[in-house]
Amino acid sequence: MALPVSSPQATASDPRDRGGPAQPLLIVEAMRKYFPIRAGLLNRQVAEVKAVDDVSFFVIKGETLGIVGESGCGKSTLARLLMHLIPKDQGQLVLDGDLVGEARGVLLNDLRRSLQMVFQDSSSSLNPRLPIEQSIAYGPKVQGASGKSAKAQARALMEKVGLNPNLFGQRYPHELSGGQKQRVNIARALALDPRLLILDEAVSALDKSVEAQVLNLLADLKRQLNLTYIFISHDLHVVRYISDRVLVMYLGQVVEIGPVEAIYDDPKHPYTQALLACRLSMDPEARVDAAPLAGDPPSPVSPPSGCRFHTRCPFVEEVCKAKAPALGDVLKLDPGQHLAACHMVHPGSGHSRAAASAALH
Amino acid sequence: MNDMTAPDFTLATPQTEPFVRVEDLRVKFVSRDATVRAVNGISFDLERGKVLCVIGESGSGKSVMMRSLLRLHPKNRTVIEGTMRVGDHDIAGVSDRAMIDLRGSLISMVFQEPMTALDPLYTVGDQIAETVRRHEGVSKEAAWARALELLDLVRVPSPERRLKAYPHELSGGLRQRVVIAMALSCRPSLLLADEPTTALDASVQIQILVLLRKIQREMGMSMIFVTHDLGVAAQIADQVAVMYAGRIIEYGEARDVLLSPQHPYTQAMLASTAKDQDRDVPLEAIAGNPPDLRALPDGCSFAPRCKYAGPDCTLTMPPPITDAWGHMARCFKVGIGPAGKLRFDAKIAEPV
Repeated sequence: MALPVSSPQATASDPRDRGGPAQPLLIVEAMRKYFPIRAGLLNRQVAEVKAVDDVSFFVIKGETLGIVGESGCGKSTLARLLMHLIPKDQGQLVLDGDLVGEARGVLLNDLRRSLQMVFQDSSSSLNPRLPIEQSIAYGPKVQGASGKSAKAQARALMEKVGLNPNLFGQRYPHELSGGQKQRVNIARALALDPRLLILDEAVSALDKSVEAQVLNLLADLKRQLNLTYIFISHDLHVVRYISDRVLVMYLGQVVEIGPVEAIYDDPKHPYTQALLACRLSMDPEARVDAAPLAGDPPSPVSPPSGCRFHTRCPFVEEVCKAKAPALGDVLKLDPGQHLAACHMVHPGSGHSRAAASAALH
Repeated sequence: MNDMTAPDFTLATPQTEPFVRVEDLRVKFVSRDATVRAVNGISFDLERGKVLCVIGESGSGKSVMMRSLLRLHPKNRTVIEGTMRVGDHDIAGVSDRAMIDLRGSLISMVFQEPMTALDPLYTVGDQIAETVRRHEGVSKEAAWARALELLDLVRVPSPERRLKAYPHELSGGLRQRVVIAMALSCRPSLLLADEPTTALDASVQIQILVLLRKIQREMGMSMIFVTHDLGVAAQIADQVAVMYAGRIIEYGEARDVLLSPQHPYTQAMLASTAKDQDRDVPLEAIAGNPPDLRALPDGCSFAPRCKYAGPDCTLTMPPPITDAWGHMARCFKVGIGPAGKLRFDAKIAEPV
């Protein structure tokens, strides 16, 4: 097996490419996950947490898709669904043109090789009883590499993420700093030569100066190894810096998706607008006097009727409570397009701020 | 130094009198293997009703400094030197028994992780009322009434219902509000806040910051607020202190430190954030890691990572240089500029 380290690139000539350069690397269609809440003597299901509710999107080859939203909006559940760490209730995953987990499609094992994940908590995601070299070599061994080649690969990867293998290889996770541990996690995720890396709050727990180092490392690796990223974070500054496109989630649904400039310069959905207003200024003179978003998101057990954001939206009208706004067909979208699930942007929706044809109703 | 802090029996202390005075505070943790020098000579004054933000990375000693003010460190393994005065109390000198009374009433603290700061087995009301009863000796009913008032003060929606809730039934933002309510329950004069918003979403973080600032102003409390987020400091601080390896390396009015930082570390920290950075340009990350506190270098502790450091920066720690506005930096390459303002100049030679 070739070392991922040695793979030079150019998007078009990636030997792993099957579907062609225009084929999205990953298509997620109507993904749904409800967690049951059981209670009572017979442990019957009494309710369900609608963690991810009909989420569709695609990731094109070589891009970084940022996913933002408050905690509890389902972004981490979505990541785990993509990785098949938890079973989905409904939905389809298409990897480079092949259905995942279906007859004639990609096997789960192959999916796991193409898709890897870096978790938020760098210490709890490493085995405390394995030296880091063995942690990194573990994946390739499971996938059938010999001990020797797995070890060589682990050492090459450590070099790649900026850790000297002679110095760090035999150390245990507790002997490393947070930034170093996160580098190990990235190396481990790269060990299977993946094409898509899901970074779930991968830099959130790091100090600012270390965060910058890791972000630079991610940018370098992406270029060298021809990677595609799904970058999940609640830090809007970091997402703007690293992403090509941004997907905004609220209570298990996609509320807005579009190119990063469009989302940050001209957010359409009131939730995105409020979220962006929560970014803090460095100027002590420009202090915020009132929080842009009051309260917490409603419970995903019984989400509000109609538009799920209507309980916190400053522009709420009757139509918002009655009817859920559609996002549009995300899967037929041109990647440069900008969609928002809000009645205000849909002409004729019945919202007073919607375009002129609203008078039709 | 001079003992300026006269005992104040009333709140009518003149505004110029510092309410908190920390002088040359040093904290060492001693074990058989090593001595960790977490805090290495910190001095600052804080006036009544002002907010000091302490900024620093993990391991810079900011939390250790805060815990020293409450004497929360284990006695047998900690060596604390220097003076800490809060009001007319000498924190280093009071007896353990008296310290118990001061914790919560004179000085109170809000911790970073609200879930571990609350006891999962007791209701929120029980936990707030316990503090009130301990310090004010009132009846259970009166303490619960006060708990209700406090939840109202920190804007917990439907407070009557939340009083009977257990911590796990609340969201992260609500839990942090409860922890703040507990900290405020005995009207402390000094509130220590150790990264109280770090674990929260950006949307909730603003809510808590706005709330803390409002309460702090209304109650006339002094506050020391520890954070690693410069944006948070800009929201809440009157003064800002930047810590590195257990020392304050830059100090001044929030505006001066955040908008015209002079110490290379503060400058590098501001430059390394992803905020408003061009997407195609790599971030200016600070190379390397903070020093090991078990073996601190003799000179400027930032010198090994500093791009301006000369050979002599590693010999001695630079003395503080302060301008007329109280802006201080500890760097050999900082001088007083033409307008009398503190100014960094890479051309200034370090002393031989």
